[in-house]
Amino acid sequence: MSILSLRSVTKSFAGNAILKGVSLEAKEGEFIALVGPSGCGKSTLLRIVAGLDHADSGEIAIGGRNVSAVAAADRNIAMVFQSYALYPHLTAGQNIAVPLAMRRLTAAQRLPVIGSLIPGQRQIRADIQRQVKDMASSLKIDHLLDRKPGQMSGGQRQRVALARAMVRHPSVFLMDEPLSNLDANLRVHARGEIVELHRRAGVPTLYVTHDQSEALSMADRVAVMIGGTLLQLASPEAIYDNPAHIEVARFLGQPRINVLKTRMNASGIVRFGTLTLAAERVPAGETPVLIAVRPEFIRLSARPDGILKARVERTEFLGSEVIVHARLDAMGEIVAKVAPAEAATLAPGRPVSVEIEPNRVMLFATTGERLQAKTIAAASTLEKIHG
Amino acid sequence: MTAHALTLGRVLRFTVLSIGALIFLAPYIFMISTAGKAQSEIFSSSLSLIPEQWSYLENFGKALSRVSMTTLLMNGVIVCALIFVVQVVVAIPCAYAMAKLKFRAARLMMVLVMLGLLVPIHATALPLYVAFDRLAVLNSYTALVAPFSISVFAIFLFLQFFRAIPDDLIHAARLDGMSEVGIVARVIVPNAWPAITAFAIFSVVAHWNDLFWPLVVVTNQDFATPPLGLLYFRAAEAGDDYGALMAATLIITLPLVAVFLLAQKRFVEGITMTGLKG
Repeated sequence: MSILSLRSVTKSFAGNAILKGVSLEAKEGEFIALVGPSGCGKSTLLRIVAGLDHADSGEIAIGGRNVSAVAAADRNIAMVFQSYALYPHLTAGQNIAVPLAMRRLTAAQRLPVIGSLIPGQRQIRADIQRQVKDMASSLKIDHLLDRKPGQMSGGQRQRVALARAMVRHPSVFLMDEPLSNLDANLRVHARGEIVELHRRAGVPTLYVTHDQSEALSMADRVAVMIGGTLLQLASPEAIYDNPAHIEVARFLGQPRINVLKTRMNASGIVRFGTLTLAAERVPAGETPVLIAVRPEFIRLSARPDGILKARVERTEFLGSEVIVHARLDAMGEIVAKVAPAEAATLAPGRPVSVEIEPNRVMLFATTGERLQAKTIAAASTLEKIHG
Repeated sequence: MTAHALTLGRVLRFTVLSIGALIFLAPYIFMISTAGKAQSEIFSSSLSLIPEQWSYLENFGKALSRVSMTTLLMNGVIVCALIFVVQVVVAIPCAYAMAKLKFRAARLMMVLVMLGLLVPIHATALPLYVAFDRLAVLNSYTALVAPFSISVFAIFLFLQFFRAIPDDLIHAARLDGMSEVGIVARVIVPNAWPAITAFAIFSVVAHWNDLFWPLVVVTNQDFATPPLGLLYFRAAEAGDDYGALMAATLIITLPLVAVFLLAQKRFVEGITMTGLKG
């Protein structure tokens, strides 16, 4: 059963459509990363799920119950904000206790002086304190409980915010770029911790980020949102290797995927360099199409006798790999990821021949949709020469 | 603290500031001096700051015995406290709604607040007087407090401050299960102390020193605020006994000076506030 389901949620601000019918289902215990460029509507979607904003149309259900008209407080959703949003006037311990106190104590019991006279209140407060302590020790922030947010580092605040969100065992967990205010080292460390916490708590999580490596490394499934539309929702491997839309392919992967324009003939055959691809569905006539190949599936060789010729423009050394930018004759730039040993022969200005891994080529329509295609022939440059 | 070298620039700055301070403080200093002079010395042709004969005891004695100083001060405290509390209770939820909630009339309310800032009490004094007369509430605390219960200045000041409070903080509070009233009481107010303190000083100083409105609605000495009391004192009792009058003025201004000195740091914080860091 799906714990969280969104059905064609739309939202527009002042005539601008921010969400154009987003549907999404999260299964029990699932970690979904919602990733997309800034301004694609992912944070708006998160706020709508939380109940902090209202959708223009569409339905949100949590555990099978339609909560579209339910107030934020009654949805039993916890959220970690980008700015952490800790109460500045309360200590870390008090911050973590707030959601519990708001739920367990009655309004009268929460009153400053009179509250302490109401029977039963002491017992509940002690219980809350114990839970706060447990939560704090599981996140290793015991020593921070008496500090105010202003006296803590970014990483410490982020943990307190996590603790405050997790302490009341929500039915859905939302995170809005919780790591973007941390420095790079801490961020990688915190990623692992959040995944670990998620595994222990088993609460379905919707994690918004603009950082593709966060999304791919942490999530069970990745949802790519671009321009207010959810283009694809799939496992990290599937979404990287088998993108359903050219924008998804372009958004994921560093450096960006190579996209080259070519044509498909009326019988659905695309010839590009040494490759011949056959589309599953035959078009009405000759149509322009896009060919996409990830940089790691492009090989450059220093022999200038291949069918696809290019000239190296510049190289970027990244330690374990080298990014080579080359210009294909008349077709634009092509980027390849090569091992440092190979890159030694690829000095800027050198002519090279380009070889593409035959089974890693993807075909897209000019509108962006994926066209399923098979590589039916891939004459290697070597065969061409010797055969 | 490190000792600063006494450069020419610093000396110059201190001189200018000292002269400025002296000009502004001169009347007050002169008042302190006059409060200690005997009647004959005040009207003598020579001008000296230090009294020849110290008559402080005599003058303060007259000031305290001829009018009921405790009633005046008490009235001042009651009226100022009531005005301040009501103003804050009204203005904080109002400013919160205008700063953080989305509703259709928000723009209209903003315009009304700005308009309200432009209308002085003197313009509405007459209709208010007539209304209070009809309601038979002249000569009461109600008449002294009611016209000031909604302070557009307070709304404006708090509005600016609340706008700087991050939205996420309020969102977090909503998810934690707080009602809007809860958010105001538990999140906004505890973080708005600098603004509240700054406003407290503006409000208390203005209404403690206000002569115009009490003069309009109060004729009974029992409800006189300190400035009005001084007026009665001068007209009825003291005549031209300026020594006693100055002693009475000193007693009346002293609480304000003390409060300002105590809250000075907070006051400056409140005026120069730059918002919160989450």
